[in-house]
Amino acid sequence: MSKETYSIPIGPVHPSLKEPVTFNFEIYGEHIENVNLAPGDNHRGIEFMGMQRNLIQIIYLAERICGICSASHPFAFCRAVENAAGIEIPERAQYIRVIIAELERIHSHILWAGVAAHELGFDSVLYLSWRAREEVLDLLEYLTGNRINYGIFMVGGVRRDISEEQIPRIRKTLGYYKDIYSKIEDIFLNDPTIALRTKNVGVLTKEDALNFCAVGPTARASGVKKDIRQDQPYSAYADLEVKAITPDVLTGVVNGDVYDRIIVRLLELVQSIQIIEQCLENMPAGEIIAEKKLVKLLNQLKKAKGEGIGRHEAPRGECIHYVKLNESEFPEVWKARAPTYNNLMSWVPMLLGQQIADIPIVIASIDPCIACMDRVTILNKDNGQKKVLTKKDLHELSVQKTRRITP
Amino acid sequence: MKLNKYFERSLWVFHLNTGSCNGCDIEIVAGLTPRYDLERFGIKLVGSPKHADVLLVTGPVTGRMTDRVKRIYEQTPNPKAVIAVGTCGTSGGVFYNSYNLAGSIDKVIPVDVYVLGCPVRPEAIINGVLQAWIKLEKLRESMNAAPAK
Repeated sequence: MSKETYSIPIGPVHPSLKEPVTFNFEIYGEHIENVNLAPGDNHRGIEFMGMQRNLIQIIYLAERICGICSASHPFAFCRAVENAAGIEIPERAQYIRVIIAELERIHSHILWAGVAAHELGFDSVLYLSWRAREEVLDLLEYLTGNRINYGIFMVGGVRRDISEEQIPRIRKTLGYYKDIYSKIEDIFLNDPTIALRTKNVGVLTKEDALNFCAVGPTARASGVKKDIRQDQPYSAYADLEVKAITPDVLTGVVNGDVYDRIIVRLLELVQSIQIIEQCLENMPAGEIIAEKKLVKLLNQLKKAKGEGIGRHEAPRGECIHYVKLNESEFPEVWKARAPTYNNLMSWVPMLLGQQIADIPIVIASIDPCIACMDRVTILNKDNGQKKVLTKKDLHELSVQKTRRITP
Repeated sequence: MKLNKYFERSLWVFHLNTGSCNGCDIEIVAGLTPRYDLERFGIKLVGSPKHADVLLVTGPVTGRMTDRVKRIYEQTPNPKAVIAVGTCGTSGGVFYNSYNLAGSIDKVIPVDVYVLGCPVRPEAIINGVLQAWIKLEKLRESMNAAPAK
């Protein structure tokens, strides 16, 4: 008997949360035989636009590469320019940068936890975690003036200081997360339904993680101890002890499944809180920016020549920016590489052999900037039968599976 | 209880990302979750444009999305309203001078309500949806009043 497969194209348009991307699944029965990815629907040509703007304008463009990583990209970009132009940034600014970056990690991981719960059909957890997330957004707004796209980074430092009066407010928010952490951990790690849907689902072996150059929590959940904050400490991370978190810290084993990715992100939440607390204790006094006058800074950058690389451990993994300056107002080359770009290909080994109902949670498990889906057509090539699956139907399939396997 | 004449029926919203940075998209979800809670007014996100009354469109329109935006607009049943969410959807914002952008959303499909901000605040989105709702109810009234052909 020949093996009859059918294909399911998914995307590029889907109703909530995420960017457009196209998938093409080859399905046999319920099992995924092959996956094809076709990203590029969200291509805006940002690097091209950046090469026609001056370096300070690019910071705001870099911020808008991704609204969720809106501290990571300017962080990496500013480090690249500082590297190229040889600018030393004051110590206090380095601490403020780390505090903002870690607050962003808290907001991003809680956001992800909510989305993952939603993909399993746990909408109450989505609402609870997003309510918890508002707390850190309030703090970010208090510190930087905006909930998202903080606009706090500048070449040579930061634009706003954290004053003494603001510190109790930061501690209050950290206290709030410490209080609710046990609750979050209980929901995600001890709930039998979540365990049933995520254990041994979407497995990425350590070998595959290395082969596909996975980064961030995706790689760490497969046992690859890779974290720029540990491997090449920068900014205030150099003064702190940051260790890459792998799931065996908690459970003793590394499976590389979706459950392990949940563990890694939850533990990183605690790690971020500790990092911010250490930063608040050790923050030195002094200037927050190397050159206050923007015109002078621009002139200095215009005369700079050389190449620079800036790396930052974004919530989703390593984010790299490369800049080449050539004594002109605009950079000669600007290249940004976001973590999802690396993690995309690790979807393929994760998805092979899984069921259709597992697609949403596996895709969400790498925390892509791409996840929901809509307008899925199931096409049986032989008899020409067509069936349209919307994102809602797929979601429904996922919810049904949760109900089916829950005792 | 009826709040006013515009709250006659639930409003279903379809969210369409045409190349946005995710900033507005997560704020739309923040608008639906407990802090702002649009769902208490019966406003909810739906999975298909065919079920929607309102299209929430975010982001500058990228080259590959241009045709798809038009198709999704055509799939949405009348009467419908389109809300352009975010500065880049309204005017391009920081995204100008690119080879792969069709520009603001109103260059591709007709837009009824513009919500500004980069990213927009959830309060602004709620206000935008309310404006679209009022416009939609007026549209519906005028359609009902028109004699059947």
